[in-house]
This record gives sequence, C-alpha cells and structure tokens, in this order.
Amino acid sequence: MKPAGGLRPRLVKRLLPSRRIRVAVRLIALLGAFAVAGIFLQATGRGAGAVYRAMWTGSFGSPYGQAQTILAAIPLIFTALAVAVAFRMLLWNIGAEGQFYIGAFGATAVAYSAPDWPRWLLLAAMVVGGLVGGALWGLIPGALRAFFGTNEIVPTLLLNYVAILLVDYMVNGPWTDPATLGFPLGKPFSESAILPLVGNTAIHSGIYLALAAALSVSMVLSRTAWGYKIKVIGSNARAASYAGFSIPRNMVAVMLLSGALAGLGGMVEVSGVVHKIQANISPGFGYTGIIVATLARFSPIYLVPMAVLFGALVVSGTELQTLGLPSDIVLMLQGVILFFALAGELFVNYRLVWRAGTVSDHPSTPAPVSNRAADLEQAG
Amino acid sequence: MTSAIELRGIVKRFPGVVANSNIDLELRHGEVHALLGENGAGKSTLMSVLAGIYQPDAGSILIDGEPVALRSPRDAIQAGIAMVHQHFRLVKPFTVAENVLLGARTSWLLSPGRLEAEVADLAQQAGLKASPSARIWQLSVGEQQRVEILKALYRKARVLILDEPTAVLTPQEAEALFVTLRSMAADGRTVVFVSHKLSEVMSVADRITVLRGGKHVGTLETASTDEHRLAHLMVGRDIAFESARAPGEAGEIVLRVDDLHALSDLGLPAVRGASLSVRAGEILGLAGVAGNGQRELAEALAGTRPPTRGRIELYGADLTRASARRRIEAGLAYVPEDRLGTGLVGAMDATANVMLKSLSKHRRGPLLDYRSAARRTKDLVEQFGIKMSSLDAPVRLMSGGNLQKLLLARELSSSPRVVIAAHPTAGLDVGATEAVHELLLEQRASGVGILLISEDLDELLMLSDRIAVMYEGEIAGEVSADDADLERIGLMMGGTGADAPPMAAGGGG
Repeated sequence: MKPAGGLRPRLVKRLLPSRRIRVAVRLIALLGAFAVAGIFLQATGRGAGAVYRAMWTGSFGSPYGQAQTILAAIPLIFTALAVAVAFRMLLWNIGAEGQFYIGAFGATAVAYSAPDWPRWLLLAAMVVGGLVGGALWGLIPGALRAFFGTNEIVPTLLLNYVAILLVDYMVNGPWTDPATLGFPLGKPFSESAILPLVGNTAIHSGIYLALAAALSVSMVLSRTAWGYKIKVIGSNARAASYAGFSIPRNMVAVMLLSGALAGLGGMVEVSGVVHKIQANISPGFGYTGIIVATLARFSPIYLVPMAVLFGALVVSGTELQTLGLPSDIVLMLQGVILFFALAGELFVNYRLVWRAGTVSDHPSTPAPVSNRAADLEQAG
Repeated sequence: MTSAIELRGIVKRFPGVVANSNIDLELRHGEVHALLGENGAGKSTLMSVLAGIYQPDAGSILIDGEPVALRSPRDAIQAGIAMVHQHFRLVKPFTVAENVLLGARTSWLLSPGRLEAEVADLAQQAGLKASPSARIWQLSVGEQQRVEILKALYRKARVLILDEPTAVLTPQEAEALFVTLRSMAADGRTVVFVSHKLSEVMSVADRITVLRGGKHVGTLETASTDEHRLAHLMVGRDIAFESARAPGEAGEIVLRVDDLHALSDLGLPAVRGASLSVRAGEILGLAGVAGNGQRELAEALAGTRPPTRGRIELYGADLTRASARRRIEAGLAYVPEDRLGTGLVGAMDATANVMLKSLSKHRRGPLLDYRSAARRTKDLVEQFGIKMSSLDAPVRLMSGGNLQKLLLARELSSSPRVVIAAHPTAGLDVGATEAVHELLLEQRASGVGILLISEDLDELLMLSDRIAVMYEGEIAGEVSADDADLERIGLMMGGTGADAPPMAAGGGG
C-alpha cells in the first residue's frame, strides 16, 4: 500500500486480549480519570493538587482515614458481590440497596428480640436474619423473572423503596428509641449484638465476613458445578437447557444468593458500624456496588480492591467538606472513573494501529463475532 | 470477459496459523466462480478479505483493474461486493424487512409498512416464503439464509459471495438457488460460490479455484475437468466416493415416538402426529425439506421443547414429560443442527464444553475437577482429530468442521444408547464428512439406535437402514434403504407422495 496521507489511526480487533493488556488498560483508565477530573477541580479555584491531597489524607493518608476507608469498603464488597453473582447469569440486580436494608432489618429484628443471648449465638442468629431478609428480597424479582419472564431490573429497583420505607417506618414507630425524642433512630443494640473489633483498630470483624464471602463466591462460581451451570446459562441459555440445566430454578437460586449477600452486608453494617437500626443506614452502597462490580468485570476477587478504592472515595468526601468543597465532587470522580473504564474496554478488545493513510476515511468495522460482553461494536 | 476482481498475493495470518498464503485469484464479469477446498483451506478467510471484514497482512485487491483498499464491509458494499456468510449475520429479534434494510438505509425515518412492502417484492424474487414482518428467530435456518441472500440483492451487489450456501438447503432448494445464481451471472454479475461439494461446484460454476492448506492449488474450467480431478486437488489424495454400510442386525426398539405433537416458536403446530421407531443397531434416516418440523421433533425428543400430545419411549420407559436432564441420563445423545447456538457455548473453552453434560463425572468433593476434564478433552481432541489453537481458547474461534467434531466427540463419547443427529455434516468438508459418517456407523455397529436427520439424500442413502420422510410435521412415508427409490422420496418430500393428506398451507410460518 502506498502512503497517500499522513499516519492515520485504525482499530484492529484483538482475537484474544491478554491478561496483561486488561490490567494495563484499566490502570491507565484510572489514572486518566483522575487527570481529567483534575482539570475540573482546578476550575474550582482550590487547585487539583490540594483537593487530591485532602482526599488522600481523608482516605489512605491517615490512620483514621484508613480505618474509615476499610469500613466503607466492607458494605461495598457485599453489595458488589450481590451484583456480580447476578450478572453471572446476565441478571442486573439494581436492588442490592434494598436487600441491604432488609438484611439490616432482619438482623435488627433478631437483635431486639433476643438481646441477652450470648454474643456468638446472637451474632450467628443475626447473620441468618440478614441472609434470610436479603434472600427474600432477591427471591421476589428472581421468581418473577424465572416463572413469568418479568424483567428483573424494575422490580429490584422498586423493592429498594419498599425496603427503605419499611426501615423508616420501624425506626419512626415500633423500634424508635424514646430517648432520642423523635429522631428516626432505633434503640441501641445490646453488647452481644455488636461485632467485635479487629485487634486495636477501629475496624470491626465484619471484614472477615466480607473477605470470606468474596473468596467463597469466587470458589463457588469458578470451581463448582453450580457455578459452571450459571455461567453456561449466562453465556448461552439454549445450550444450558439443551444440557438439561433448569434455567428458572437456577435463576431463583442466583437471585437468592445475590440478595442474601447484600442482606449480609446490611447485617454487618448495623452490627459493626451503626450499632442500632436507623434511617439512611446506606449512603447508596447498593448503587455504588454496581459500579464497583462493573469496574471489577464482575470478578468476586477483583471487586475487593475496587471496593477499597470506592470506599476511599466515599470517605474522602467528608474531608472535602472540611475544605469547604462540596462532597459531590466525589460523585463526579466516580462518574469519570466509570466513563474512562468503559471507554478503556474498547482498547482491551481492539488495538490502535497507526498506519499510512489511504483512501478510506472511517475506521474498519471488525468482524462481528457473537460474543456479547467482550465486543464493543463500532457504530459504523 | 474482463476481470471484475483481482486478488494478488493475499496473505492473512492468525495467531498460530497462516490462513491465506500468497493467494492470487481472478474473478470475471458474468461468471459463477467456485472456490473449492476443505474446512480450514482458507476459503472463508479469503472471502472475508474480499468482503472487507479482514485486512490482509500483504497483497492487493483490484476492482476493474483499479487498486482499492477495502477497510470495512461498508467499503466492500460500496464497491458492490456483498457476502452471504456461513454463520448468519442477522439480528434475531428484528423482522426480515428490518434486517434487509439494516445499514443499507441513509434516511433516519423508517416506516415499517413501506419497508415491508419494499422488501416483499424482492423477497418474492428471491423465493423467500416468509413474511417480511416475520422475526428472524422464528425462521428455519434455510429461510434465514434466504434473508441473507435477499440482503445482498437489496444492496445491488455486483459481486456476490456465498459461503457454503447449500449447506442448509435441500437438493431442490439448492437447484432453485443455482438457477438464481446463473441468472445473476447472466446479468453480468460475478458470483463466488464457496463450497466443498464437488457435484454442486460442477453443476453451477464456470470456473473453479481450488485451495488447500491456505494455498492456491489451481484454477480450472469446469468444462474441462471432472469431480475426481477436483477431489484430488482438494484433498491431495483420492477419496472414496462410496462408503458401504455393513449389514447389521437391528435389535429391539430403543426409541418409539407415537403420535407426537409439538408447537413451533411461533406457537403454530410444527410436529403434527409424527410416529416413528428406531431399533438398536440401526440408523433411521429422516429426510425432508427444512421447516417441516424436523427441528421441533428433535427438540421434543431431546426435552427442550414440550410435546403437546403423544408419547416418547426410550427403552420402553415413558419419557414424554421427562426433563432434558433425565433423558441425557437415560442415554439420549443429541447433536443439534445449530452447533454454536445450542450444542456448544462459544465463549467457553473446549474443556468447559466437553464437561457440559457430564458434570457429575468430573467432581472432586464439592468442586469440579477441571484437570480430569482437561485430560478427557485432550484425549478426545486426539481421538477425533480436532484442530484448535489451544484448549483454553473460546470455541467460537474454531472452524465449523472442528466445532462439529468437538460436539460429536462429546456426544458420542458419553456412551449413548440413542443418538439424534441433526444435519451432522452440514457445512463440513469431504474429509470431515467422511469422519462423521464413520463415527455414526461405528455407533450403529456397537448397537446404538440412531435417528439421522439430514437433507443430504446421498448421505441418508449411504448410512440409513430405513428412511422416513417428514412433511408438514408428519411422517409422510418410510422406505427401506435397500430398495429406496429417490424419485419416491423426492415426491414425499414435496408432499405429493405416499398418502400425505392435504393440509392447510402455512405450516412452517
């Protein structure tokens, strides 16, 4: 081919993107997101450097910040796990928020009804309460989808409001603490309903539950027959029913597990952090969990560091307020990171080639291979 | 005649394989040019280069003597080159009309009614019976292919490439297609006919180019060659044209289907009172034109489509309402016609696909034993001569023939008692077809009962002990293979033979 113009960029499909490429692209996307967000921060007049420094101090840069970051990461691990499990079957669980609330509700019900049980027994019962509550909240959309073909997105989303309002009602009514004179707060938990701390830190032992959950989910998904089945169902439902896997039954099971994981997150939060039930126990952990899971490519292992990163973002918002900046800057950062990560996917599956320009003035459309998630089709 | 297209020194490499190695090809105006070769010979790759899907690593393309760069399918379409792929590129939830117009339209305003009217005309010319408002997933494979051809016609292609177009067609449909292709060539268009079927190539092409192992091994005038010479060029050896079926002894009835009814995806009756029986150690061939309920029958037998009436017995046990799982456990193997869509999971690797139906055999405690599954896969790959770049690569990257071998390897290695094989050699080259035939005959010899659904009458005659013909959801008749009369089978397939009662039109949708 004779060069007729300068060098022109073209996208060439990678047949099998390597792991190194995946990791590199995502790291670059993350750095790019902070760089671009920096431009906006500069425009606030405080200087991007100062803002980032404050965020660093508020999250990783101080012992207090570190503890807060981990404490915020723990519920995110649970909600992101819930989203990741459901997505194995290509189900979008937008309802981790509500399942989280219901898990907190279930755990609280146990804590209030048997406050004098020994700590190990009460905590175990609260774990069950959280799991059952969340699972029930996952069961409703799961069964609707499995047996009536109802799309799961809307029911999971709407059930969030039901759960939040239910908790609101309880803390304003039956469970309200008379000592707070009408604030929407429940009575403090008994001593044995509170998760012990890890050593001398401010971090509660829910972190063990979170890490154990991530490891078990990873193990179940990648190594068990059931995990294999739901992966097949997610990849090719026809092949799954051809192989004799029951799609409705597994769909319900996946949503039960998904809801239970988020519910466990709610239990850990009330028992480890709040030590009572109250309104607004979650600043949107269920929704941030969706971003965390997506950025971790729905991997139960990778979502742990991603949850820590987003935990840091959540807590650094508080630090920004002390600077007189709106904590919503953090939301902007979350958004920019998501955009960059999604755009980065293009470069995981395609590589940019600079080639001597010839006649055509649009990039090549790659061969459409039937592969749902990995392919970001070029809009011709 | 001038050259319409010239490909010069085309090289295309994929990781680990050179698919095209310095290939020259000259296509003329007004000719049907066949591209002949086995699976993996590089035919599809070469045509994908011409259709702008792949960029060659070296070489040039000339259209009417002018060098061009085809960087995208859109470039190729603008240059008048359209391709009908082996794996269809249709949007399944969309209607026929929407698929035809997809990407061919510059206006952003679409009126469904007008589009459908527009397409209906062309569809009639192309012999597509389905309504333009039918959705793709509702159509049989044969009908879907006609939508693909219709798409190319709509784009006013001057060069039409068809990749294995007859693989899914009945002999009659293929004949009709050849007539269309000849008339397109007579209009001055260039038709490239990619195939590995010698008789088809001989009957439709003006000139034939043979590829082998990614290299050009010869271009011949059809008039001055014959099937034996082509076969020799194609495989580099002489192949046996007839494989004799050893006389076998049929045993007890292993699969009995009685007055079975099932609905199509559209909810219309597709299987309407089909009855048949397969004995141990015999092959029952099921002939019929595509869309006469064969797919629905196979799915009802496999347990993925609920029968509305009737009875299915496996070894005397009633399995009419049994789950697919129970049927698999009872020894029923099913090779579906849609390999990548149903039989295999394209995004997963070969090992994961091999385990699909035998999860319980690859267990270590509560966990799956991937190591033993990988060992079994390696054995199967060797035993069945499957070619793949690596065991860990997603199987969607494999060629059609190797996909089919993998699918058969899994199904036949499960020591089944009854095998339902739907179009097991569709789209396969001569060598792979022969291998599949031998596998089926081996199974027959070991006492397995086989229901072989095929549209290739030669194949059915070669392999079957008996041949039943399916027409409009019923078994129109049955003949013994020994005194089979092609004309009678053909008539039954057309619905005029035997005692097929006249049914209302519009069975397949």
